[in-house]
Order: sequence, then C-alpha cells, then structure tokens
Amino acid sequence: MNRSAMSKLTPTPGQTVGPFYGYALPYTKDRELLAPGSPGSIRLQGTVYDGAGHPIPDAILEIWQADADGNVPHRTGSLVRDGYTFTGFGRSAVGNTGVFTFTTVNPGPTEEGAAPFIAVAVFARGLMNRLFTRVYLPEDEEALAKDPLLSSLEPDRRRSLIARRDSDGGLTWDIRLQGEGETVFLDFSGAEGASK
Amino acid sequence: MPEEINLDIFNADPITEDVSDEATEAAPKTYAPAGPALDTAAESQADLSAEMKAIGAAYAQALKSGAPAETQPRLDYAPYRSSVLRHPTKDLHHADPETIELYSPAFGHMDVHALEADLTIAHNGEPLGERIVVSGRVLDGDGRPVAGQLVEIWQANSAGRYIHKRDQHPAPLDPNFTGVGRCITGADGSYSFTTIKPGAYPWKNHLNAWRPAHIHFSLFGQEFTQRIVTQMYFPGDQLFPLDPIYQSIVDQDARDRLVATYNHEQTKPEWALAYNWDIVLTGSKRTWTENEALGAGGDENE
Repeated sequence: MNRSAMSKLTPTPGQTVGPFYGYALPYTKDRELLAPGSPGSIRLQGTVYDGAGHPIPDAILEIWQADADGNVPHRTGSLVRDGYTFTGFGRSAVGNTGVFTFTTVNPGPTEEGAAPFIAVAVFARGLMNRLFTRVYLPEDEEALAKDPLLSSLEPDRRRSLIARRDSDGGLTWDIRLQGEGETVFLDFSGAEGASK
Repeated sequence: MPEEINLDIFNADPITEDVSDEATEAAPKTYAPAGPALDTAAESQADLSAEMKAIGAAYAQALKSGAPAETQPRLDYAPYRSSVLRHPTKDLHHADPETIELYSPAFGHMDVHALEADLTIAHNGEPLGERIVVSGRVLDGDGRPVAGQLVEIWQANSAGRYIHKRDQHPAPLDPNFTGVGRCITGADGSYSFTTIKPGAYPWKNHLNAWRPAHIHFSLFGQEFTQRIVTQMYFPGDQLFPLDPIYQSIVDQDARDRLVATYNHEQTKPEWALAYNWDIVLTGSKRTWTENEALGAGGDENE
C-alpha cells in the first residue's frame, strides 16, 4: 500500500553535507560490510564525477542492501562492526581521486525473479540534497529486462545503473552527477512536492 | 571520539573550501550558468544577493500563477557556486521503492554510547562558548515517531572553526571541543544533544561570504527512502538573507522548518540555553506492523 497520499506533515528540507563531514561521518570499517578477503566478499568500487568530467574529492556514499540470499538485514552493529554480522549498511567517503570502495557481497534477489541491486545515497559538497540511486548486478539479463525501474528508462540512461563485473569478481560502477552519461537519480516521493 | 585533538590534521593539505575548486574553473562550454563568471572569490555579496533576489522573485511569481510550493532545496542553485557542476540536469526519475528501500539499516546501543550525545564532555576540560541543549523529535510524514534510529551531528566550535584540515579560517581551535555527536532516538522519536553554540564562519563562496551558525544533522528513518542530511539554524540570524545555502530553499515556510526555536522553559538555570527542533522525514511507503507502529526499533528487534 502506498502511504504517501496519507502524509500529513511536510518534510524538513535537506541541505548540503558541506565540506567538513570528514571528522564526523566516517568511522572505523565503515566501508567493510564484511571483512576484505572473507569468503564471498567482493569489492564495489567507482569514481564520482562532476559535470566537467572531473573526479569529486569531497563526496560520501552510503549503500544498503540485502544479503547474498536476498534477505533484508535487521541487525544493529553497522557503526561498531563485530567482524561477522552482516548489517547490509556501509558508508565510504571518496578519496582525493574521487574513488569510493566497499567490501560487500553480491545481494540476492529480494523477490523471486527480481533483479538484485544495491540502494545508494550520494552526498557531496556542492550537492544541495542527497541523491538516491541504485546499482544493479549485471548478470541476470532476463530479470534486468523486466525490472520496473530499468524498463522505464531509455537504453542509454539505463546503463548508468548497471555495474560492470571485474575479472576478479568485483563490481565497478561510476557516478556522474551531471552531463554525458549522467547517472539516473531517483525520486521516491510521489506526490510530496519534490523539487528538481 | 578522540581523547586528544590530533594537530597534524590541521597542518597538512591546506585547501580552503572553494578557492582550489579547479573543476569549477574548468567548466565546459556546454554548461553556462546564468549570472557572472565563475571567478568566485572576486564576486561581491551585492552580486550574489542580486542573483538570489531574482530567483526569489521568480519563485514568488510562479506561486502566484499557481505553481506548487517547493519544500526542498533546489539542486540547481547557481549562487552556491560549487553546485554548478554538481547537480543533475535531468529530472529525478520517479521510482516505486522496492523491498530493500522500504527498510532501513538498524542502529542501536551497540552502535552508539549514551555519552556521545554530550559534545561538551569529550575532552578533559569545558569547551569555550555558550552551552546549549538542542532537543526535539524525529517524525515521519504521517506524524509517527521515528524510534530507535541514528542521529548524527557535527558543527563548528564557538569561534566558527571546524576540526577539519580543510578549514583554514584563522579562528582558534578549542582543545576541549571536537564538535561531533550521535544518539539513538527514544521510543517517542526524541533526541537531545548538549553542545556549544557554533559561530558563523567564512567560506569563500564569494567575497565576504559567511555561513549562518548551524549544526549539521544526519538522520535515518524506518525506510531508506527517508534518509536525509540537513542543517539546523538558530532563530533571528542576520546572515539568512545573505547565505546561498539557506536561500537554496526558495520557499520561506520551508526555510523556517530548518530554524530551531528558543525554549526558556527548558533552559537550565546557571547551565544551558535550550533550543527545540523537530525533524519530519518523508511519508512511509510501507505497511507497518503493529510493533513498528508502537515504536519498537533498534536493539529491541534483536
């Protein structure tokens, strides 16, 4: 059931994360949803670019995903990792070259036949409000073809949401905030007065 | 939180916020923002204020013509110069949230210690400045409390200086203040931080650009779609009309939702001034179970 039509309160506006989140939001093992090198672990890596094609050195990303079997995690402990609990949440500030890295697992489909994806939130200095997007695994072409979001996009835009599989099993996926190859960013708000 | 401030981080890599933004200087010809050239430091407040005023007037006109009120900042707001190459030019694409997006990461007392909500006790001495208590509730768009969720804050010290190597504002650091706090909301969605009132700080968007005093807030809801990062301001700040980040929200009612109210009843005699600020996330897209509606969350779910 879509509850947005029942909303009674107007949401608080977002504001930019600014340049000075670096001593506040990052934390130990923030980008390690499981220990690097552990069985089943993969690297999700990419670069955040601006409209001139330059890497952005002050963006921070969050990912939120199902486990390898497609189950939605309900476990606390993302901020203080115990080394074995998969919480499904990670955070990675980009480095000087705009590159972010997560260690995670390939998410399973949360429903039978659904295309597995990782939910992503993007924050940056100069970005007025967070942006939502998704990164899909590239393999299940049948599921990708019938995915409700992907099938509503033009083929050239659709590509911006599908990761590349690296030879070592990792995923590479870049974010382009603006311009050629601009990443598709999502509006979940329905009727709730989102501005462009 | 660190026991001692590591001074090394202040001495390395001197980058001011916008001066070294080579990407902005190298703007491609395919995108030319309205208004003056991108030589940011040379622009005056009067130039910026004129741009902001024009955008505000156009919005007021649109409202009169029946356009809906805007509730969020504009992603495309050229007076904040760093946004010029960092906003999507295509409309956000409507999507119905799917399974994972209808849930949120769970945080609890395993993640956050209760003392992290007091930013004045992270070091051995008392920080300088005006001690304040900022409290309120986190609600969803249906008015339900967001219980057992993570709230993170960060801010400048009372002199307007951040503990960050990129902050080169020649105001004093405070060895007794880091400016980072966290808490987990209560069953009624409540949060409370004890801190120091931050100072205004200069940020080089244009000549003589000063940010109004603010506290950065990062919030999670019960669904990932409700995730938000924003800034809380203090009432009556004279810098509001001059600040492109605050003004990127073009609607006055929407701006007012970021401004805390002073609460004398909650102010503690001989101790701290109290401010209240409630945060409303977007409406829920998921059908809630009874337990969720009653406010169970975080550790209680394990």
